[in-house]
Amino acid sequence: MTTPRVERFRPGFWGIVLGHLLVAGALVALFRFTRGLGAVTNLSDEWPWGLWVGFDVLCGVGLAAGGFAITTAVYVFGLKRLKPIVRPAILTSFLGYLLVVVGLLFDLGRPWNIWHPLVMWNPRSVMFEVSWCVMLYLTVLALEFSGIVFERLGWTRALVIQKMATVPLVIAGALLSTLHQSSLGSFYLIVPGKLHPLWYTPLLPVMFFLSALAVGLAMVIVESRLSARAFGRSLEMPVLVDVGRALLVALGVYGAVRLLDLARLGVLAETVSASREAAFFQLEFGMGVLLPMVLLSLPAVRRNARRLYAAALLAVVGFVVNRLNVSITGLEGSQGGHYVPAVPEVIVTLMLVGIGFALFGLAVRYLPVYGPPAEEPEPVPAAEARLVAAAVRT
Amino acid sequence: MATITNPRARALLIDITRCIGCGACAQACKEKQGFPEAEEKELSATAYTVLLDKGDDRYVRRLCMHCEDPSCASACPVSAFEKTALGPVTYDASKCLGCRYCMVACPFGVPKYEWTKAIPSVRKCDMCADRLAEGKPTACTEACPAEATQTGTREELLAEAHRRIRENPGAYHPKVYGEDEVGGTSVLFLSPVPFEQLGFAKVGTTPLPNLTWAALEKIPGVVSVGGGTLLGIWWITKRRQDVAAAEAKGAPDPRREEGGRR
Repeated sequence: MTTPRVERFRPGFWGIVLGHLLVAGALVALFRFTRGLGAVTNLSDEWPWGLWVGFDVLCGVGLAAGGFAITTAVYVFGLKRLKPIVRPAILTSFLGYLLVVVGLLFDLGRPWNIWHPLVMWNPRSVMFEVSWCVMLYLTVLALEFSGIVFERLGWTRALVIQKMATVPLVIAGALLSTLHQSSLGSFYLIVPGKLHPLWYTPLLPVMFFLSALAVGLAMVIVESRLSARAFGRSLEMPVLVDVGRALLVALGVYGAVRLLDLARLGVLAETVSASREAAFFQLEFGMGVLLPMVLLSLPAVRRNARRLYAAALLAVVGFVVNRLNVSITGLEGSQGGHYVPAVPEVIVTLMLVGIGFALFGLAVRYLPVYGPPAEEPEPVPAAEARLVAAAVRT
Repeated sequence: MATITNPRARALLIDITRCIGCGACAQACKEKQGFPEAEEKELSATAYTVLLDKGDDRYVRRLCMHCEDPSCASACPVSAFEKTALGPVTYDASKCLGCRYCMVACPFGVPKYEWTKAIPSVRKCDMCADRLAEGKPTACTEACPAEATQTGTREELLAEAHRRIRENPGAYHPKVYGEDEVGGTSVLFLSPVPFEQLGFAKVGTTPLPNLTWAALEKIPGVVSVGGGTLLGIWWITKRRQDVAAAEAKGAPDPRREEGGRR
């Protein structure tokens, strides 16, 4: 087996940053697992959930929604033009979910019991449902991702079998994602008295699903841009323009449902009140939904890679603000006080993000992520063999 | 999962008009649990009940309300919490994975965590489940010199509470906190003034687990309708592609030369 490029290991700026984060993260882990969560976090009886749930889990899972959105578009709806982004999207989702689990190992009080939902059931629990969905979806993603590895290894037979399972896997992935993306919102259905009315709605699961769908698309654009800068590998502009258009529609649907729901619940006036909550809502909605919508509706933005990236990035940041608003800002009123993450919490989160980027980079470098499937999708063994042989020869 | 009230189920009645503020309840609890003796102002991992001075010689106990349909039990992914037939809501640390959703879910802010332990547990009042099983009252009940806290069956305590309100309407706010709150709780309060004035949570009468269940119960529908729809769309897409491919290869139809291909 050949490696595409053998280079002397020479860490760049980001490599050095990641190295520091890994060391710091290991130290945090040491303290966290010997002295308890209180030693490294600002979590408390008033704030049982903080940055690790609000960002690492709620945002992590949401930002990884691109995988199911794109695979469904390509394999179920037959949007073949999007084929080139299937693999990057699967890779992002797979890494995203893996890192969510790593984040959970930090956050759970007794992480060695993480498997308990497998045998100790509680079907009335949203957390139980999310646990199962995430475990199953991680399996689906691993199987989807395995195709990329099989191709790299030249395991033609395995690749053929894997390809036959594509459509069932995609449909299972879409269903599992729909369930747990929405259920992350359902977590908060049980706290009507605690969560601020700007975020509490019986439609929380719908809001979480729709916004995850939008941000999944935004992430595809963001990643493509970052890959282009880092590895010179990116997507063709026409594909990105299509994703940008889809993002506009997804944001539009989400924004409309959100506003109609606020109006229905009679809290539309709250959005412009002088409260802290209103300010954070405006940040989330104005910057993360309305502004990208305005930008994406301009052809001059949609057709320019850099501007498209900026618009998508706004949607991503707005999404993050939304999840933090639900999990932190929206609870400050009832909890009477503020939660600000401790430095070690931030370190772990940054470390996870850093690991994500690094693994993505490694995968792009050593696996056929942005390449071969430009060929036709037919799973003909001979064609695959030729393809793999060609890849191995070069 | 509506809870069928067990006639043997125990409950607590706490009459704020009777409380003299001595704090013997909190002390007895600490003793029973083997916690260090320090007066605490809020529930914690080492204080399952506290007595709060609300001024005007009014003292309010904080403790687990032992809901009939507990949010913590519905939230827990591994059923570490259980509403037992005898009334107490108990917690099994050996099942717990430490997600702390119970703490988020509880409308009364009762479950507390051992933040400084390497192997932490959720801690909260268990209504002296062991004592109740032996037919004894809770430790706090036994310690109360003023009979402000009493142990009994929920029915008899509710009847007693309403009797007190009826016989002495001037002394009581005409409501029993816990009778209907979040679908009913096993800890009942009587107060001389409206409960909000003493800092009681306004929680409504709906059992909160109903709210999450309203979303969860839609899952079978989402899976079957969603799965069916996706399969249907996939089949149509595939059929269209097959037809287009066949036409392109075998029987070219001059009127339909492009069929959805790039």
